[in-house]
Amino acid sequence: MRKLTLWLPLALFAFFAGLAAYMLTQEKDQFVESTMIGQPLPAFALDPAFDGLPGASKADFSGKPKLLNIWASWCLPCIAEAPQLEVLKQQGVEIIGIAIRDKPADVANFLNRYGNPYTRIGSDKISEVQLAIGSSGVPETFVIDSKGVIRHQHIGDIRPEDVPVLLRELEEAQ
Amino acid sequence: MIAEIGLAALWLAAALAVLQMISGAAALRAGPGETNPLAIYARPAAVVQAFLAVLAFAMLLRSFAVTDLSLKLVATNSHSMKPFIYKLTGTWGNHEGSMLLWVGVLAASGGLLAAFERRLPELTMHATLAVQGFVALGFYAFLLLSSNPFERLPVPAVEGNGLNPLLQDIGLAIHPPTLYAGYVGLSVAFSLAMGALLTREVNPAFARVMRPWVLGAWVLLTLGITAGSYWAYYELGWGGWWFWDPVENASLMPWLAATALMHSVSVLAARDALRTWTIMLGVLAFSMSMLGTFLVRSGVLTSVHAFAVDPERGAFILGLLGLYIGGAFTIFALRAGAVAEGKRFAVTSREGALVFNNVMLSAILAIVLLGTLYPLLTEAFDVRVSVGPPYFNPAGAIFAIPMLLVMAVGPLLRWKSDKPARIQFELMLIAALVIGMIALVSFFGQFPLLPLLGLGLAAALAVAAFLPLRGRSLKRVPVATWGMVLAHFGIAVSLFGMACEGAFSEERLAAVAPGGTEQIGDFAVTLEAVTPIAGPNWTAMEARLAVSQDGGAPVILTPQARSFWSPPQSTSESALLTKWNGQLYAVIGNQAEDGRWQVRIWWKPFVTFIWYGGLLIGFGGILSIVGRMRVDLKRRAASTKGAQRRADVEALGPAAPQPAE
Repeated sequence: MRKLTLWLPLALFAFFAGLAAYMLTQEKDQFVESTMIGQPLPAFALDPAFDGLPGASKADFSGKPKLLNIWASWCLPCIAEAPQLEVLKQQGVEIIGIAIRDKPADVANFLNRYGNPYTRIGSDKISEVQLAIGSSGVPETFVIDSKGVIRHQHIGDIRPEDVPVLLRELEEAQ
Repeated sequence: MIAEIGLAALWLAAALAVLQMISGAAALRAGPGETNPLAIYARPAAVVQAFLAVLAFAMLLRSFAVTDLSLKLVATNSHSMKPFIYKLTGTWGNHEGSMLLWVGVLAASGGLLAAFERRLPELTMHATLAVQGFVALGFYAFLLLSSNPFERLPVPAVEGNGLNPLLQDIGLAIHPPTLYAGYVGLSVAFSLAMGALLTREVNPAFARVMRPWVLGAWVLLTLGITAGSYWAYYELGWGGWWFWDPVENASLMPWLAATALMHSVSVLAARDALRTWTIMLGVLAFSMSMLGTFLVRSGVLTSVHAFAVDPERGAFILGLLGLYIGGAFTIFALRAGAVAEGKRFAVTSREGALVFNNVMLSAILAIVLLGTLYPLLTEAFDVRVSVGPPYFNPAGAIFAIPMLLVMAVGPLLRWKSDKPARIQFELMLIAALVIGMIALVSFFGQFPLLPLLGLGLAAALAVAAFLPLRGRSLKRVPVATWGMVLAHFGIAVSLFGMACEGAFSEERLAAVAPGGTEQIGDFAVTLEAVTPIAGPNWTAMEARLAVSQDGGAPVILTPQARSFWSPPQSTSESALLTKWNGQLYAVIGNQAEDGRWQVRIWWKPFVTFIWYGGLLIGFGGILSIVGRMRVDLKRRAASTKGAQRRADVEALGPAAPQPAE
């Protein structure tokens, strides 16, 4: 009896370890999707983030589906996603940026270093537009259709494997 | 260059951990009477390894101090504009840095043990150092292979990415390092337990070596939890002091196990009983520390604290957990049967009371563990649940109440065997205090059951804590006994604070226009103005609240709603007015459409006693360590003196005159 009791802690631990190992291999769905998906963009008009490009407003999202990229020069994952934005640009995608809490000099500096995939960049000094479209962090990317309706939200940096997903979403938004 | 020195030191330390492990293990293979030539390396390896690991941490600290943005870790977690003190605390406010701190403290305690501990049989010591090296090696591998803190960026960042603003607080400077040091102290207890088990030396001498480590770890855990609780209380702005959050539980579980271990190791040291229990608890306490690390770091459970979660790292820590804890429990199952049974004792004896309370502590530990892991279990079946106070409070109380009662009585009992009739008076007094207090409070109004019981128990415990001193000359009471008295009294003080907070707190949530006044308890709170202000890396709306008690002179409180801009995040800075008999806690929320401001105010009577109690408990632990060490040093000095004298006598030969006693 005593012999068996001594094995009990090991048995309990083995059960826990098995459970934890199983749970670790499970996909975890923790994304908080914006409730704005399927809704039209809120009205906004932002000043240019620096001298090189025009600012951005709701009216710019017409004609064809476009990407809205929320980013900032102080954001490290934004550096990581720069090459993917470049690829998207080469595929003919029009990307409109919103720079969050940024300074013109920093924006110019960032674009010099990591490339400029944008056609327009609006400056959102107080995260006003960011909050209005239901984004909680940088970077985030939205697919906006030709009527100005939000169709898809990508949270976090765009990895190479996300590029086809975004292209497909843009296709479907036609 | 600084970072490269750190990385090199880390690799060298890992290599020394291998040497320490091999050398310690080789010593065990030597036949009786001989020594393995490899065995001489274990102690020096541990000492040098300690130096290198601490050096690596110092290098990281330096990189954070100068904000070296070519380091990925610094760029992700720091910012050149951040106040200097938070640059430093940022070193361990992230996954890699905190793991480096972990191994730094681990190596440092291993070094201390190797350098100064000479009381154990050399073989046990070698087994202990081998285990310690093995444990350290796993964490070095973890750091170097999956969480390298010294990783460079291909292109240095222009600016850092800030630090979670919630963690930008002086509480962070103290709280995690204290807890970590506590966790790691338990790793030494673990290694000692395994060493003793492997060499079959589970005896009072071993317990006396283990005791200061357990006590020290326990004191640090106590202070760490106290600080953490206060930090969550004023920083999260939710008005509560304990949320049964997985990460809080992760710090509470090792504390519960360490509390049981500390009492058990004392029984082993004093009475040579509870041998298997002590080993078991030694393994359990460290398991809980590692489990805590796993839960926090892997992200299998969602928590307010879960920064930098990563399933791959989770898998690594789980692997280490399986290796160490699975291994330890296997050795335990194989070997513990061979540990001779310790001394026997009657049910009504001090040992009996201690065993009862250890079982109760273990039961509470099981309750907390189950509640923490239950969401993990149900998620395996796709049901998301959250386990909170409605489970933990009553389920914990079922075991905590009898435990607290026995805690009041236990220290009054004699070792080995005692008759309850001998302490009749004390028993009556304790019962009278519990019942009297509950009756008194119930007379004034309707209160929830648990806080009511808490008040009764707190009153009884506060008196009972000092009963062991009755009839003794206070000057001759050993320091360690004072430590116990104070720690037990601290439990009573803390319990009183918790019960008062639960029973008598008042809360008011109101939309107030500037100039408006709200009444809470004896306090009239007037919102004078709300103004925007700017800090070094945040902006805030600050409310000026004039608080006056019973029409007295007003005191100004300034709660803030802060917005940090790197990364963008908002926090609520509560404002506290501390009185001797409680705290007024104020938080400002959003502005409503009509221009009024949301203001939330609590009056929490005696809430501060929760943390005063925690400090008292910790102080009691420190006294106990000091007392034990003094006795130990005296004993050691006396025995060296004795040996010296015997040697002198022998050297002088038989003709020498015998010293007159």
